[in-house]
Amino acid sequence: MTFRRTWAVARKESIHVIRDPRALGVSIALPLVLLLLFGYALTLDVDHVPLLLWDQSQTPESRDLGARFTGSPYFDLVAAADSYGDIEDALDHNRALMALVIPVDFGRRVASGRPAEVQVISDGSDANTATIAANYAEAIVQRYSAGLKVKLARRTGTLPPRPPLEVSPRVWFNTDMESMNFIVPGLIAIIMMLIAALLTSLTVAKEWETGTMEQLISTPVRSSEVVIGKLFPYVAVGALDMVLAVLAGRYLFHVPLRGSLLALAAMSMIYLVGALSMGMLISIVTRNQLLASQVAFMATFLPAFLLSGFMFDISNMPKALQLITYLIPARYFVALLRGLYLKGAGPSDLYGEGLFLLAFSVGMVALALKKFKKRLV
Amino acid sequence: MGQGSDQKQMTREASVILDRLTKRFGDFVAVGGISLEVARGEIFGFLGPNGAGKSTTIRMLCGLLSPTSGTGTVAGLDIGTQAEKVKQHIGYMSQKFSLYEDLTVEENIDFFSGIYRIPGDKKAARKAWVLQMAGLLDKGKTRTGLLPAGWKQRLSLGCALLHEPPVLFLDEPTSGVDPASRRSFWDLIYDTAGRGVTIFVTTHYMEEAEYCDRLGLIYRGELVAVGTPGELKGHLMSDQVLRVSCSSPQEALERLAALPGIRDVALFGRDLHVVTPDAEAIVPEVRKALASFQVDAVERISPSLEDVFVSIIEARDRAEGAQREVRR
Repeated sequence: MTFRRTWAVARKESIHVIRDPRALGVSIALPLVLLLLFGYALTLDVDHVPLLLWDQSQTPESRDLGARFTGSPYFDLVAAADSYGDIEDALDHNRALMALVIPVDFGRRVASGRPAEVQVISDGSDANTATIAANYAEAIVQRYSAGLKVKLARRTGTLPPRPPLEVSPRVWFNTDMESMNFIVPGLIAIIMMLIAALLTSLTVAKEWETGTMEQLISTPVRSSEVVIGKLFPYVAVGALDMVLAVLAGRYLFHVPLRGSLLALAAMSMIYLVGALSMGMLISIVTRNQLLASQVAFMATFLPAFLLSGFMFDISNMPKALQLITYLIPARYFVALLRGLYLKGAGPSDLYGEGLFLLAFSVGMVALALKKFKKRLV
Repeated sequence: MGQGSDQKQMTREASVILDRLTKRFGDFVAVGGISLEVARGEIFGFLGPNGAGKSTTIRMLCGLLSPTSGTGTVAGLDIGTQAEKVKQHIGYMSQKFSLYEDLTVEENIDFFSGIYRIPGDKKAARKAWVLQMAGLLDKGKTRTGLLPAGWKQRLSLGCALLHEPPVLFLDEPTSGVDPASRRSFWDLIYDTAGRGVTIFVTTHYMEEAEYCDRLGLIYRGELVAVGTPGELKGHLMSDQVLRVSCSSPQEALERLAALPGIRDVALFGRDLHVVTPDAEAIVPEVRKALASFQVDAVERISPSLEDVFVSIIEARDRAEGAQREVRR
């Protein structure tokens, strides 16, 4: 491998990249668009649940309970209902996700210290959101009920009974329980995998399609010089994408980076080279631009999205699937980024995943080099 | 096969040698055992219809395809075992224009200059030579894709000659180029051969074939004739050719093709070429058959290369047909 020839390839490939402003624009804008799209769409926090309130009781007690719902950030009152027909109509037309029904005798029962019931109706078609919203509702009702007990105890002059067991929850690392802080680092890993593979998936295939490859392989240029030389400009574009993604995470999603920036840069570079080489390998094997970009999309996005631990927790997967996740490079990068972002992990915490990532990158470069043949067939 | 006429060439230093060179793609025999020697500084033309195996042969010689069997030597290097070394000593122009269209003329030259590792002190001179040779002195900063076809071809040739290779392979270099540009391209080929570069060129333009020192006719993967254009036209053609000029040549063709004693009739421009073993005897027959046409001329002509080619191929197909009959 000579520097002169590698440089000649890198230079001409850079000119291709610069001379195609539309493709360059897409490769810089696409990661940001995806990050914004998924970042905002994938919020796992449920708040501002549209709520319908049917207060049949119309007493100070029922209004107090209603106010606890409407005053919380989790619920927004959309309307007052007068009948079950109203509720059904609102749920059917997605105007509300939940309805709170306070029965006629609620005020009386509460005032006299007798047990009272309220009804919560939720739209179960989105089971996840419905469950979370129902939990919020239950928590509000329970707190209200605890307050009542204290009042009642004061009135009768006895101490309220202490619960036998109490949990005092403490959350480490993501203290605000902001799902963004958890989603954004994983999302960056997924998006970079996709973008990097797409960036290089066309480069070799295009030269086969236009015929320039036939000319190139008739020269003394070595396979390694073509593959390594071609990687250069895409490493630069990929690194720029990574920087933009990290900046967007910091300033648009307000996700703090607790770990070292240097470690982040180093790990990203290893990951990037691996993913770019994977795209190149696909391009080398398919020799067809359309096929290459489709394969690159399928081979990176879906596995990274589903099997990296980004969407679904790996430890909850069936054993066989868990084994497959070891083959998904995004798995390591998702873990690394979350470690760096949320825990401020240092080098000693990273090297396990880092080594797997390095193995992936070295393997991909080696495969691309092996598969690139200076022969027509 | 014109072996005897090659004798004088054999004594000269051979630059490209093919020895029973064969390429099969599955059951299909693309090149079926071609043996041939091309001398240093010779312009050797490979002539044949599409799919005859011209490109496949050139690609094997350039190290782009591995031969199924047989061997070949280019500039003293074995194409089977030293393919990558061969690539240092050849220039190659593929059928399709294959420089980078989004690069400027100079950027293309610089790229190949880097790939061929032209030494620093010669780089500028070689670049100037290519620009001058291709007539692109004031077009250095032009995007290559914007050049007319003829100019692109000259630039391709320049890039293929950048490292001064002793052997040059040109695969239909002038396809899609206008006749004037074709002529000037051949001037460049003559100049190159004059400097001692061996040139191996494929073409399907008959008039270009006349420019070659020697020709090989290739048909269905086999070399069916080798010789200078003169030899091919003189000795190799056992049949004689009549030029017939008449009205409604299309109908006349059908009429003549049915006559016994006529091997082949083909349309050449507005004339008909009639291939026959005995021209003298057939002339009255032709005139009789075309009694209802307005006949301007029936004369014996010396065969063109195309006549030769058609005649050799027809003879071959007849022989093969006869063999098949016997086997049955």
